[in-house]
Amino acid sequence: MEEIAPEYDLVVLGTGLTECILSGVESVKGKKVLHLDRNDHYGAEAASVNLETMFKKYGNYQSGSEPWKKYGRANDWNIDLVPKLLMSNGELTNILVSTDVTRYVEFKQIAGSYVQQGNGAKATVAKVPSDAGEALKSPLMGIFEKRRARNFLQWVGNFDEANPSTHNGMNLAQTTMRQVYDKFGLEPGTRDFIGHSMALYTTDDYIDSKGAAKDCVERIRLYVNSMARYGKSPYIYPLYGLGELPQGFARLSAIYGGTYMLNANVDEIKYDGGKVSGIKATMKERGEEGEGMKFETKCKKIIGDPSYFPDKVRVVGHYLKAICILNHPIDKTDNADSLQLIIPQSQVGRKHDIYIAMVSSAHNVCPKGYYIAIVSTIAETTANHHLELQPGLERLGKIEEQFMGPPIPIYESVEDGTKDNIFISKSYDASSHFETMTDDVRDLYRRAEGEELKVEGLKEGQNLVADE
Amino acid sequence: MASRVQQGGRPGGARFAQFKLVLLGESAVGKSSLVLRFVKDQFDDYRESTIGAAFLTQTIALDEQTTVKFEIWDTAGQERYKSLAPMYYRNANCAVVVYDITQASSLDKAKAWVKELQRQANENIIIALAGNKADLVAEQPDKRAVPTADAEAYAKEANLLFFETSAKTAENVKELFTAIAKKLPIEQASQRGMRGAAGRTAGVDLGSRAEPGSGAGGPGGCNC
Ligand SMILES: Cc1cc2nc3c(=O)[nH]c(=O)nc-3n(C[C@H](O)[C@H](O)[C@H](O)COP(=O)(O)OP(=O)(O)OC[C@H]3O[C@@H](n4cnc5c(N)ncnc54)[C@H](O)[C@@H]3O)c2cc1C
Ligand SMILES: Nc1nc2c(ncn2[C@@H]2O[C@H](COP(=O)(O)OP(=O)(O)O)[C@@H](O)[C@H]2O)c(=O)[nH]1
Ligand SMILES: [Mg+2]
Repeated sequence: MEEIAPEYDLVVLGTGLTECILSGVESVKGKKVLHLDRNDHYGAEAASVNLETMFKKYGNYQSGSEPWKKYGRANDWNIDLVPKLLMSNGELTNILVSTDVTRYVEFKQIAGSYVQQGNGAKATVAKVPSDAGEALKSPLMGIFEKRRARNFLQWVGNFDEANPSTHNGMNLAQTTMRQVYDKFGLEPGTRDFIGHSMALYTTDDYIDSKGAAKDCVERIRLYVNSMARYGKSPYIYPLYGLGELPQGFARLSAIYGGTYMLNANVDEIKYDGGKVSGIKATMKERGEEGEGMKFETKCKKIIGDPSYFPDKVRVVGHYLKAICILNHPIDKTDNADSLQLIIPQSQVGRKHDIYIAMVSSAHNVCPKGYYIAIVSTIAETTANHHLELQPGLERLGKIEEQFMGPPIPIYESVEDGTKDNIFISKSYDASSHFETMTDDVRDLYRRAEGEELKVEGLKEGQNLVADE
Repeated sequence: MASRVQQGGRPGGARFAQFKLVLLGESAVGKSSLVLRFVKDQFDDYRESTIGAAFLTQTIALDEQTTVKFEIWDTAGQERYKSLAPMYYRNANCAVVVYDITQASSLDKAKAWVKELQRQANENIIIALAGNKADLVAEQPDKRAVPTADAEAYAKEANLLFFETSAKTAENVKELFTAIAKKLPIEQASQRGMRGAAGRTAGVDLGSRAEPGSGAGGPGGCNC
C-alpha cells in the first residue's frame, strides 16, 4: 500500500456533510488534505444506511431472525439517520451548484409541505400557503384573516432593506415579531403557521426577541422563494438519500487531490507549543487480521466532528427521533409520495415543534410501496421519550417498523479552535433543513482560514485534463 | 434493421445513447492512463495521478447511424485506501476492471472488484477485464506475471469481455471501449431518452440560479 505523505495542510476527521464540504472546498483551493473516518462508510451521522444495518444498529429484533428479509433486498433501502431536506433556494443548493457536485447527485422535489392545526383525531392538516394567492384559499384561516395574511405576505414579498418605503413604518432591526404581527392584526393560529411552518422556528422564542423581525422576514422569504423555484414544496431531496451528499463532496475533494481513508482510527493527536502538529492513526478493516496500517503525519490544522474530540465539546441539548417504515402514504396529505409535516408546539402543548419528514420509492430510498417517515423533536423531559413523539407517530397511521434510540446529544465546541488549530463542527441540529449546517461550514472556514468562504467560481478549472 | 433503427432513434433515424462507465482495479495498474489514452489519445509517464480528471466523456460511432457516449468516472484515487464510495458505481452501465499483467496480485484484486460489482451494481452491467501494460512484456517477455490464457479463462467463466492493453502504445484501447459499446443496450437506452443510463429519472435541474418558471424575484426579490 502506498505511503501517506509526511505532511498535510489539513487533516479532516469524520466524513459527515459539514466535513466533506469543507474538505472539498479546501482541496479545490489547493490545500493538501487528508480525510479520515473511523467507519467503513462515508457520511458519519449524515449517512444513509440499508435496512439490515438499521435493524442491527437499533437491535430491535430477536437474534437469529432476519426481519429485514421480508422487505425486499436490504440494499434497496437508503435510510437517512438525520431527518433533513434541502431548501431549493438555500445555501446548500448554492454550494452544490457552485462546486458542480450536482454532476454526481440528482435531485427531486419533495411533493408537499404541510402543517397541522389542532390536536388528535380532529386535527386539520393543510398545505402551508406559499404566497399571497394561496393564503386566500387556505382552510387554515377564516375569511377576514385570509386577507390580513395576504397583506402580510405581500409586505414580506416587497420588503427591501435598502428602501424605507417598503418598511411599513417599522425598523425591523429594533422591532419584535410580535409588534409586526400586531400591526397586521394576525390571529394566534396564523402566527403559528407563519412562524413555525414558513419561518421554520422550532420554538416561540423568536416572537419577543428584539430585532428578530428581520431574521424572521428573511426566513419567510427563503421559504417563499424556494417554493417558487419548482412549485410543489420549498424542498428538494437527493435520489438515493442524503448520504449521497457527503459522498459527492468527498469525490470533489478527491478529484482535487484529497486523500481518503475509511476504517481509520485516530490514535493520537500531537501538539507543538499548544498547536496541533500532527496525528498518529491506524487503518484497519473490520475483521482484518493483524495490526493494520499504522502511520504518522504532520499537519497544520484539523477540522473534525465532535465524536473525535469528546474532551473539547459540550452537550447543548438532546433531540428525539423515530424512524418509521410505512406501507401507505400519510392521511390527509393528498397521497403525497414525500412531504414535510410540522406540528407546531402550541397545537400539542409543547415548547418545541414536532417534525415529520417522509420520503419514498419516488426518491429511490426504498422499494415500491414503502415510505420512510422520521418523526423528530427536541427532548423536553428526561423519561418516556416516545410520549413526546406521540402526536407525530399518531399522524403516521399504521407503522410497519419503528426505530427509536435514546435521546441524541447535540454537541458544540467549547472553544473556537484558534488556540490549538482544531476546528470542531456542530452536531446536526433539530432544524428540518441544512441552513444552520451551511452556517457552520462558513463559520468553520472563517475560523480556520481567517477569511470568508467564497464558493462562487469554484468550478472554473474543473476538468483540467479534458479542457486543457 | 432499418425499422429498428428508426424505432429506437431520434428524429432523423440516428441512434444515440449515453452510458456511465466506471474504472476499477488496484492503484497504479493504469486506469487513469487508459482513460487518458481513450479520451485524449495521450500518455504521460510521470503524470500526477488523477487530479481534475475524474469526469470525462468520449463518443464512439459504431456505424454511421449509431453513436454511444461514455460518461467516464475515474476513481479519483479513492481506491488507494479502499475508500471508494457506493455513489461511484451506482447506476454504472459498464465497468472496466484493470490489472497489471506484470503484477500477479493485481489480478486477484481485479477478481475481487468483479465480485463486488456482481453483488452491488446493476444486474445488467457490462464488465470488461483489461490486462494493462502489455508493452512491458513485448520488450521483456520474462516480466509477464499473468499468463494470457489464465486471465482469458477466468474472463470467460465470469462472463467478462477481455483484452490485454497498453495505455502507453494504445494497443487494444479503442478496441476495448468499442467492444463494450457494442454490448450495451443502445436500443432501450435511446428510447428512454438521452440519458440512457438506468435510474436517471426526471429530477429537478439545479443548473442555474435563475428564477423559476412562475416567479419574478431574483436574489433580492421575493415571490410572495
Ligand atoms: C432532556 C435530556 C437532557 C440530558 N442531558 C444530558 C447531559 O447534559 N449530559 C449527558 O451526558 N446526558 C444527558 N442526557 C442523557 C443522554 O441523552 C443519554 O441518554 C446518555 O448520555 C446516554 O448514554 P449511553 O451510554 O446510553 O449513550 P451513548 O450514545 O452510547 O454514549 C456514550 C457516551 O459517549 C458520549 N458520546 C456519544 N456520542 C458522542 C460523540 N459523538 N462525541 C463525544 N461523545 C459522545 C455520550 O455523551 C455518552 O457519555 C439527557 C437526556 C435528556 C432526555
Ligand atoms: N509501461 C506502461 N506504463 C503504464 C501503462 N499504463 C499506465 N502506466 C504507468 O503506470 C503508472 C500508474 O498509472 P495510472 O494511470 O496513474 O494508474 P491508476 O492508479 O490505476 O489510475 C503511471 O506511471 C503510468 O505512466 C502502460 O500501458 N504501460
Ligand atoms: Mg488513477
